[in-house]
Amino acid sequence: MLNFRPLWRYEDAFIEGILTTLELALIAGLAGLALGLVCALVLGRGNRAANLLIRSYIEIIRNTPPVLQIFIIFFVLPRIGLRFPPFEAAAVALTLYFGAFVTEIIRSGLDSIPKAQVEAGHCLGLAGWQVFAHVVLMPAMRNIYPSLTSQFILLLLGTSIASFISAEELFHTAAVVDSRTFRSFEVYALISGIYVLMVIAFRLLFFAIGRLAFRWPVAR
Amino acid sequence: MALVEIKNLRKTFGKLEVIKDVSLTVEQGDIVAIIGRSGSGKSTLLRCINGLEDIQGGSITVGGRDVSAKMAGLKEYRQRVGIVFQQFNLFPHMNVLKNVTLAPILTGKIKKPQARKLAEDSLTTVGLLDKIEAWPEQLSGGQQQRVAIARCLAMKPELMLFDEVTSALDPELVGEVLKVMEDMARQGMTMILVTHEMNFARNVANKVVFMHHGRIWEQGHPDQMLGDPQTPELQAFISSSRT
Ligand SMILES: Nc1ncnc2c1ncn2[C@@H]1O[C@H](COP(=O)(O)OP(=O)(O)OP(=O)(O)O)[C@@H](O)[C@H]1O
Ligand SMILES: [Mg+2]
Repeated sequence: MLNFRPLWRYEDAFIEGILTTLELALIAGLAGLALGLVCALVLGRGNRAANLLIRSYIEIIRNTPPVLQIFIIFFVLPRIGLRFPPFEAAAVALTLYFGAFVTEIIRSGLDSIPKAQVEAGHCLGLAGWQVFAHVVLMPAMRNIYPSLTSQFILLLLGTSIASFISAEELFHTAAVVDSRTFRSFEVYALISGIYVLMVIAFRLLFFAIGRLAFRWPVAR
Repeated sequence: MALVEIKNLRKTFGKLEVIKDVSLTVEQGDIVAIIGRSGSGKSTLLRCINGLEDIQGGSITVGGRDVSAKMAGLKEYRQRVGIVFQQFNLFPHMNVLKNVTLAPILTGKIKKPQARKLAEDSLTTVGLLDKIEAWPEQLSGGQQQRVAIARCLAMKPELMLFDEVTSALDPELVGEVLKVMEDMARQGMTMILVTHEMNFARNVANKVVFMHHGRIWEQGHPDQMLGDPQTPELQAFISSSRT
């Protein structure tokens, strides 16, 4: 028989877990976005050494399991004196992970803007950064908005791997509650529901933001 | 002193020599029409004048200053020279008002509160005041091109460059754009335009330049150039463009 009652005493733990998960996703999301933007811009400048560095970073992240990345940061880096508590280690790992994918996405977005648009900006006497900020950025963002937000949803769900190093996010909380109550089915059904709700909430939020930010009509 | 002075200009793309020893003088108030076959170097010449291409020889002087793609103050120079292309290149995410006022505001030519007035003036010149709130996507090609012209006018340029600005338009939309350019010419704007519109060249320009294989093959008054061409190449070009 299903019985969710034993889980109720752990309400606070679950809420704590949800908050930690959200915190991880938001921190890694924002930091990864900034990292990805910088990497994408540097890639565009065509400096050989910098490109090689960024390309290697992206390939390493994309071709190794995320769990391994988080392990390296938590268990291996302390050997060279870089010691992080679990939450911070998870935040760093997820930032690096998200940033690699975001770099590729933003790069493709910047490349999707016709050169003629950039040229038009320069011909009006705008500075390079003004062309980027006023001419390129918004149309590029619109082009990549769906992939960027999907990638964030993957990040949100991906925070669960932080449980491997005992960062106390939702999945870790579930495992703890499961080991105390032996109500595996109920526990995992509950957090499945919570994850789905979080994803739905973010999708709605992104939809609303997209509607507000990208109002101009486009050719079909 | 002439507004634009081009001396022995040379431009290559790798091994391809696209502009060979071109010299051209444009006085204040001149309307210079550049004609010639596809690939003769017309666009490249305009792009050089706007500092969009680096040059391999000779010099371009505008308003007494040497122009090059690497010059210091290229930005400020471009604020004084407008260029309009075949593709209108309006910014799709800004309405007409913002398209027109973006550069004057960002370059500090005007303050935000005066921007609307400036846009209204420029748009009145091109006859599109009623479209001030429209998105580019909602405009016809002819209207978009006129907004592109208004966007340049808002910078109060001393010189306007036009590269086949009617070539991408449906035939019935060509007239409205040419009329705007004619008005500008009448107001005394100095203009260098690449065009296939021979009637426009004849009626509006005071100088026609025929480019052929990267050289200025022949130049002179429109009546003489189009009515009594001297070189066989120009004769052939004119008879082929009449059909
Ligand atoms: N960026 C470039 N790289 C290499 N070659 C170029 C480049 N731009 C132009 N060319 C070449 O230079 C020559 C002149 O081109 P240009 O665009 O100036 O001709 P045009 O007279 O404007 O022709 P059209 O009437 O077709 O516009 C052409 O042979 C063209 O292929
Ligand atoms: Mg051309």
